[in-house]
Amino acid sequence: MDSHELVEKLNTIKAQLTGFEQPHDNRIYLSCESENSLPVNKFLFEEVRARFVIATAIDCEQYFEILYHYSYDQTGCIINLKCFIRDHEHPQVESIAPVVTGAEWIEREMHDLEGIEFNNHPCMERLILADDWPEGEYPLRKDWNNEKEN
Amino acid sequence: MKKKIKLPVLAAGPVHPLQEEMEFYQLYVDGETVVDIDVRLSYNHRGIERISETLQFDQVPFLVSRICGICSASHPLAYVQAVEEIAGVTPPERALERIHSHILWVGLAGHFIGYETVFMWAWKYREPVLDILEKITGNRNNYGNVKVGGCREDLPEGIEEEITPILDNIEKKMDMLTKAVLDDPILHARLKGVGVLKKEDAVKYAVTGPTARASGIPIDVRRDDPYAAYDRVDWNVCVQEEGDVFAKAVVRLLETFESIKIVREALHKLPKGPVSVDIKEIPAGEAVGHAEAPRGETFHYVRSEGGNTPARHKARAPSYVNVPSFKASCIGEKLSDVLITLAAVDPCYSCTERMGVVDPHSGEITLGFDQLLQMSREKTEKLRKGL
Repeated sequence: MDSHELVEKLNTIKAQLTGFEQPHDNRIYLSCESENSLPVNKFLFEEVRARFVIATAIDCEQYFEILYHYSYDQTGCIINLKCFIRDHEHPQVESIAPVVTGAEWIEREMHDLEGIEFNNHPCMERLILADDWPEGEYPLRKDWNNEKEN
Repeated sequence: MKKKIKLPVLAAGPVHPLQEEMEFYQLYVDGETVVDIDVRLSYNHRGIERISETLQFDQVPFLVSRICGICSASHPLAYVQAVEEIAGVTPPERALERIHSHILWVGLAGHFIGYETVFMWAWKYREPVLDILEKITGNRNNYGNVKVGGCREDLPEGIEEEITPILDNIEKKMDMLTKAVLDDPILHARLKGVGVLKKEDAVKYAVTGPTARASGIPIDVRRDDPYAAYDRVDWNVCVQEEGDVFAKAVVRLLETFESIKIVREALHKLPKGPVSVDIKEIPAGEAVGHAEAPRGETFHYVRSEGGNTPARHKARAPSYVNVPSFKASCIGEKLSDVLITLAAVDPCYSCTERMGVVDPHSGEITLGFDQLLQMSREKTEKLRKGL
């Protein structure tokens, strides 16, 4: 697919998206709500055949954003899927690791550092934090303060 | 009987120090065959993403260049790409680090299968590359030369005349080394078919760099989404189909020549002019940047809210996606092949001496790193005698 066909292909899932931006040729930002995360990720990985790069979780204080970054190496285009998790109290979203094996670690990391639950993750164990780290302390959340214990 | 083997290997570069520090492998074995593998990391997590949020935009390159001592040009390059996109500007480049890292790896691979000569040679030839880097940036590693908007220092006067003979010499020596390695029947017998990462597994695990290219996936950020000046020089992406340790070695050896070619051409074609532009402020916005490091793609995402520090900065180093592929490449391997298979994605190795095989029932160490190394070398020796 060339860049034009790629955009056309992405347009076929428009119904599940809430936003589509292309600031320049090789950068695309898609948005969706958390319930559509798995099908859209599956589409990007299996249908578009984009390479999963990594995911970034961002604590936006009222809600969470997870950006799934993909690279479509044939044209060098980076496709970023922004997935909004509206429930800041109990953030959860479907795991994409059963589809994208390479996402297993980063979901464990986001679970450790931001406290996001990934439903149906094949092996949700701690990856970054020590085993004796207290429950409910998520060091990459905006309100986390490493001195509050003292 | 199942034994649980604990191998605290080392870890390397990125936010979670995957290549320079501790990493913990648990190999589950049945006899001598590995049946499962677990990896634990983050024994020395430095919290770089959090630290980054407390630094000003122009301080972050110095932080991210310390993510990994070997990839210390590609991390800042990927980061500044992102910030420059938010601000709307453009940068220069360096390709030297790739050469020294690959030569280093070839040396280590030799060490682990008992080829001490290869180890000594390769590290000797790597030395002049570090000298060049020191000349250009003032440091052998952690160059700190990349900044938002360009480069901190211009190249010194007459550097082309100085680098050219060094490059010629490295190329000659690497040529000899490559031929010696590729023509060696024992190495063929020892490394072919070992630690195979199949193409479909490489796709599933989303691996990058030489790990992907040795499994028949022709990706390289420098070609696919060219940054700096990589679209203005002529070079090839080296791909092998087999996915075994031998293929990974071939890819790295051949890439060294491509890198020498790139450096030569870049020096020759280097345009005159300033090395950086001033940036007054970074507006609100978000962008991604990526660069091809010796081990694969480094990827950075930066979000700005218009202040003088990043609101969120995500850094991903190549080993973060390459290391989990051990699950696909190690299972079914013999213990004597595990060392070289784990080494084949090129995590650094200085801490490996702490490996141990532990019996979970008695808690006794049944096999140490030395014995594992011995097993690996004995296998090479057997092959050597058989030929």
